Amino acid sequence: MLNVSIYRYHPEQDEKPHMQDFQVDTSGKDLMVLDVLFSIKEQDSSVVFRRSCREGVCGSDGMNINGKNGLACITPLSSCVKKNKLVLRPLPGLPVVRDLVVDMGQFYKQYEKVKPYLLNDTPAPAIERLQTPQERAKLDGLYECILCACCSTACPSFWWNPDKFIGPAGLLQSYRFLADSRDTATQERLAELDDPFSVFRCHGIMNCVNVCPKGLNPTRAIGHIRNMLLDRAT
Amino acid sequence: MAENISTMSFDAVVIGGGGAGMRAALQLTEAGIKTACITKVFPTRSHTVSAQGGITCAIASDDPDDDWRWHMYDTIKGSDYIGDQDAIEYMCSVGPQAVFELDHMGLPFSRTEKGRIYQRPFGGQSKDFGKGGQAARTCAAADRTGHALLHALYQGNLKGGTTFLNEWFAVDLVVNDNKAVVGVIAICIETGETVYVDSKVTVLATGGAGRIYQSTTNAHINTGDGIGMCLRAGLPVQDMEMWQFHPTGIAGAGTLVTEGCRGEGGYLINKDGERFMERYAPNAKDLAGRDVVARAMVMEILEGRGVGKNADCVHLKLDHLGEEVLESRLPGICELSRTFAHVDPVKEPIPVVPTCHYMMGGIPTNVGGQVLFPESESKDRVVEGLYACGEVACVSVHGANRLGGNSLLDLVVFGRAVGLQVEKSIRDGYSVKPATQNNIDVAMVQLQRLNNSKGGERISVVRTELQRIMQLYFGVFREGPSMRKGLDLLRQLRGQLQNVYLQDKSQAFNTDRIESLELNNLFEVAFATAVAAEARQESRGAHARNDYTDRDDKQWLKHSVYYPEEERIGKRDVNFNPATMPAFPPKIRTY
Amino acid sequence: MVTSITSFGRSGLYDWLVQRITALVLGCYTVFLVVFFLSNPGLNFQDWTSLHAQLPVRIFSLMALFSLGAHCWIGLWSVSTDYIKPFGYRFLFQVVVGAAMFIYIVWGIQLLWGF
Repeated sequence: MLNVSIYRYHPEQDEKPHMQDFQVDTSGKDLMVLDVLFSIKEQDSSVVFRRSCREGVCGSDGMNINGKNGLACITPLSSCVKKNKLVLRPLPGLPVVRDLVVDMGQFYKQYEKVKPYLLNDTPAPAIERLQTPQERAKLDGLYECILCACCSTACPSFWWNPDKFIGPAGLLQSYRFLADSRDTATQERLAELDDPFSVFRCHGIMNCVNVCPKGLNPTRAIGHIRNMLLDRAT
Repeated sequence: MAENISTMSFDAVVIGGGGAGMRAALQLTEAGIKTACITKVFPTRSHTVSAQGGITCAIASDDPDDDWRWHMYDTIKGSDYIGDQDAIEYMCSVGPQAVFELDHMGLPFSRTEKGRIYQRPFGGQSKDFGKGGQAARTCAAADRTGHALLHALYQGNLKGGTTFLNEWFAVDLVVNDNKAVVGVIAICIETGETVYVDSKVTVLATGGAGRIYQSTTNAHINTGDGIGMCLRAGLPVQDMEMWQFHPTGIAGAGTLVTEGCRGEGGYLINKDGERFMERYAPNAKDLAGRDVVARAMVMEILEGRGVGKNADCVHLKLDHLGEEVLESRLPGICELSRTFAHVDPVKEPIPVVPTCHYMMGGIPTNVGGQVLFPESESKDRVVEGLYACGEVACVSVHGANRLGGNSLLDLVVFGRAVGLQVEKSIRDGYSVKPATQNNIDVAMVQLQRLNNSKGGERISVVRTELQRIMQLYFGVFREGPSMRKGLDLLRQLRGQLQNVYLQDKSQAFNTDRIESLELNNLFEVAFATAVAAEARQESRGAHARNDYTDRDDKQWLKHSVYYPEEERIGKRDVNFNPATMPAFPPKIRTY
Repeated sequence: MVTSITSFGRSGLYDWLVQRITALVLGCYTVFLVVFFLSNPGLNFQDWTSLHAQLPVRIFSLMALFSLGAHCWIGLWSVSTDYIKPFGYRFLFQVVVGAAMFIYIVWGIQLLWGF
């Protein structure tokens, strides 16, 4: 029997959040954390969490698993459980809606701020815009982001200034468009980033790199943005 | 009877924030039509994100002489000749335009040395109407094409300024006194508030329902909500017996391993290490139609040549492709395989098994996405105010079996087509009689019954039983007596379902309530599937019967239509009238 | 873009750059002093004043002093915007830090050039 402790908060019933303990029979299998949550929901259908693809591509089930942010569906118990104890909390730093569900509004707002779409002021050709494999390779490690918010909610700079610091996820996407040979708005994009908060609150703590379930490296992308800003200003 | 609920008004409402829904919403928003996109998960969490291999389309990158007519031929053959040829013609000819638009939107396609979009071979593809050998026609962004496409579409919608109602669940269609659809009852999941979303037109883009089966590649959210809504509103659905079992789902976990693996040169082996597809499809081998490969795999397993502890799966061999190809072309597969099969494809084969993947059937529509009510075999009536596109719709471009890479094309082409059609309709002054309180009350019945439930069966118990029945009696191979048994069990289950107990009746983010509503939709889909499967007395495409092993073109070169009110199956003519060329006549289908 | 009038440079980039350059200056100055102390074991007041009587040393010291002021201001301004959320307290803190830096610099100049 695995001991699981889950953060519970119901806005209609609870004044304060509390932790609730459950026992789950894993039959000795190395289940994913999400499977454990399904077992718990069978015991108590009022336990609430988000889920969709259950294979680590949709980014719904980001949560804090034994102290580290990750996706419940691709985190096996063997990689996180110590002393037969699993503690599940919502992603830190965002308002809790209920139980493990957080309000992602602030996170999405920062994503939208970087204009995460291709801007090109030349007329579109009749076919695709050509791009060499080398130019395309610059987007690898950037476009794969699933917006699960594991990184931004592990970032102290984002905790302190979630309204002003874009955060690792948003900046990764910002660089994804700065690096795209088909995008022509590089200068406008950079001008939007040149303030003391948007990019420069990154202090290179690298929690984002540590937790990213897709193995991406936002810190490196932020470094590239900084170099582009430097290049533009000097 | 119902309390007065608040109303939101739009000119168009799109239900579903996946590929098809967002493509439609984008088209409508750009046309200046006041549109809302209702989506039960944040758009980039939709199941389109899981598509891997690519989007099949004759953009003439790999082969400069490629022709959309060849793609059309392949698709019709793949459909086992019950795909509507006018719709397939439209999809294949408009496809390139729709794909280039995606590139212009920013989709990071993989590239060739010439800078064009990279295309890989997929199952069922040929050149020169089947005479020119294997084609490579599937446009890919590594093996994350669905993810790249869905994010590009969301980004396009952000740029266009679409109104999203994120994490809102559509419950039931509101139908006015003239039988026109005038919006939908929806719940804001976060607050629990129920709202009547009043709209001149409603577009269903709710995706598939693979969760009716125990073993599926589909996300938890694929519960056939659009089908459920239609059936409860008395609208028929088409070809519901046609479910695609994808040959390569990871054994046990069900997660998808793209056909692109075989496109890149991977192949299936049995316990003797034999490349058995050479026996079943001497020409196309591992790149035969998915139905053909899935059946071959099941035959191998049934005849005792499976692998694994219980000999219940086969192996997908990739290691001979080399680490470099695998990591550059199939990085996502390597990741999934290590996580879910505990196997490194660079070194070992992946254990795979046919897994429920795609619903070819759905809501019958015309090429503009308008929902049709088939009144007889040859006569349809347009359902005013209702449109459908994507997996929930049955245009039908997939017929009895979908080709790999055609679902993403279906999404963008028909999402776009719906947008164009709705725009035209609204510009032409389409107007509707507003819903009365009584119309709204009718649409609230299901929700109210649930909210007032005082005891009965638990949701998870009914759902598990439903999935078990479908897996057991309506799988890859089917047979009359066992299907009739399955149908009886489903009828019993319907009693339990009507008595299902919603334990948690609170408002804020009540996933228990949402799952109950989803379960109702799953059941509707499953029941329609069962009735249609039992009725179609032949084997065609994905529908393989042990008691009727041959294709019967005399009786069944037809769509099946399930009418929910009488629970009966009717037939509907397949379209053999493409606009620009003679039709492709049915032939014996071999690969 | 987040605009802010209280940062030091005219942009986040300049703040960032100033932090790096001032850190470098302060680092070099520290090394210089450490080396000086180690190579003068029996250091007396005479040696100390004669060191600071030289013009290059005075310029170097002044550079370090300005760097310290700028570095502290940017650093503590950042810290205050991270941790002090009520506007009044934050403003007060920034005024105190600003004033302190101003005083240190004026005082330092007076010390360096005043004897």
